[in-house]
Amino acid sequence: MSAKAFRAPLTLAAATVIALTGAAAFTASVLPPTPAAARAPAQAVTVHISNFTFNAPTVTIGLGTTVTWVNDDDIPHTVVATDRSFKSKPLDTGDRFSFTFTKPGEVAYFCSLHPHMTGKVVVRAT
Amino acid sequence: MTDDLEEPAVPGRRAALKCMAWAGTGALWTLGGGLAGAVSLDQALAAPKRMGGGVAAPFSFLQISDSHVGFAKPANPDARATYREAVAKIAGLPVKPAFIIHTGDITQLSRDAEFDDAEQIIRETGLPVFHVPGEHDMLDDGNGQAYLDRFGKGAKGDGWYSFDHSGVHFVALINVKLLKPGGMGQLGPDQLAWLKDDLAGRSSSTPIVVFTHMPLWTISTDWGWGTDDAQQALGLLRRFGSVTVLNGHIHQVIHKLEGHVAFHTARSTAFPQPAPGTAPSPGPLVVPADRLRAALGIREVSVTRGGGPLALIDTPLAS
Repeated sequence: MSAKAFRAPLTLAAATVIALTGAAAFTASVLPPTPAAARAPAQAVTVHISNFTFNAPTVTIGLGTTVTWVNDDDIPHTVVATDRSFKSKPLDTGDRFSFTFTKPGEVAYFCSLHPHMTGKVVVRAT
Repeated sequence: MTDDLEEPAVPGRRAALKCMAWAGTGALWTLGGGLAGAVSLDQALAAPKRMGGGVAAPFSFLQISDSHVGFAKPANPDARATYREAVAKIAGLPVKPAFIIHTGDITQLSRDAEFDDAEQIIRETGLPVFHVPGEHDMLDDGNGQAYLDRFGKGAKGDGWYSFDHSGVHFVALINVKLLKPGGMGQLGPDQLAWLKDDLAGRSSSTPIVVFTHMPLWTISTDWGWGTDDAQQALGLLRRFGSVTVLNGHIHQVIHKLEGHVAFHTARSTAFPQPAPGTAPSPGPLVVPADRLRAALGIREVSVTRGGGPLALIDTPLAS
């Protein structure tokens, strides 16, 4: 049986970037825009690693969202960005790794021990 | 999978072979000339004595694999203990092996204490040990530097090397260092260039033994059980009359013959893994505690004179 069959249905909702509050932001239009990560309330998404699979393999998030990976397997895994923008230490059973995404775009990642395990984070610009 | 283990037209034999390979009851395999057959343990052990004289003295060596020192999970609460049992098994062999090869995943997490314990346990054999790393031995901050500092003296590049023993050329390859997203094992261009140079000028009648961690043939793409650029290495090896490829990584015995190249995966001394495609993932297979040692084991390899097929005895830690 393929490992794919065991992936959880991909139902993760994209994290919502909450609209600005506070009048100061509207009156300061001549200033450079405040970085979105600073504006948006902290968002969090968890990706479980089980059966040698990232569940879910693709997550779509807003700027400033922190993604946490949790290893549920009895074998260590890593979470390594293909462009090396982030790299976890080996995660033993129950270990976690978090990274906060502050740039829009797609980041592909994989497990450097089991490179057939791949995933992707899509960071929306808004 | 192992579909080309035998002629596709003879599923009965193939099925029987696979069955026997899984059972792994210490049967001895001779593989050569396109045929596989089993002879008795007694014959195998007697063979080196009968074959006295000649250029290359007969000898045997031992393969041990995937000791995963530090592993302590439901599939085996103490991988150090089973590694010690494997070492005790080696000490009890009727014919003393010339040396040991360890085909990787020495440790679980590349920690110093794990490497220390692994070295201490294997030292009990009093035999020379030749290592290659598994992906579990590359988890230090230096991405394998801890392994190289201990075992890489005299090796080239990321740790590959070769040596000769009694007329047999042994080649240690590293296929766990340059892993790419979506891929399997990887040898890399530098190592392949070195291999070409290493083999150049050697007589095609030289028996070759290649040992590495991940399989050099694709057993399961879904589980990453293969090596992406293995064909380039095998292309360099094809002209030799006797090539034996020994690896670990998949914690079970599978054999395959392709021309003059015989492939053999080995058991772990730590925990078994499921047969390809029989489980949701290749993770550790939990078996009843009283059956664990039947799923772990060591392998003795006998080399006879004249470049003939090597004889393998896979012995579980307990029957």
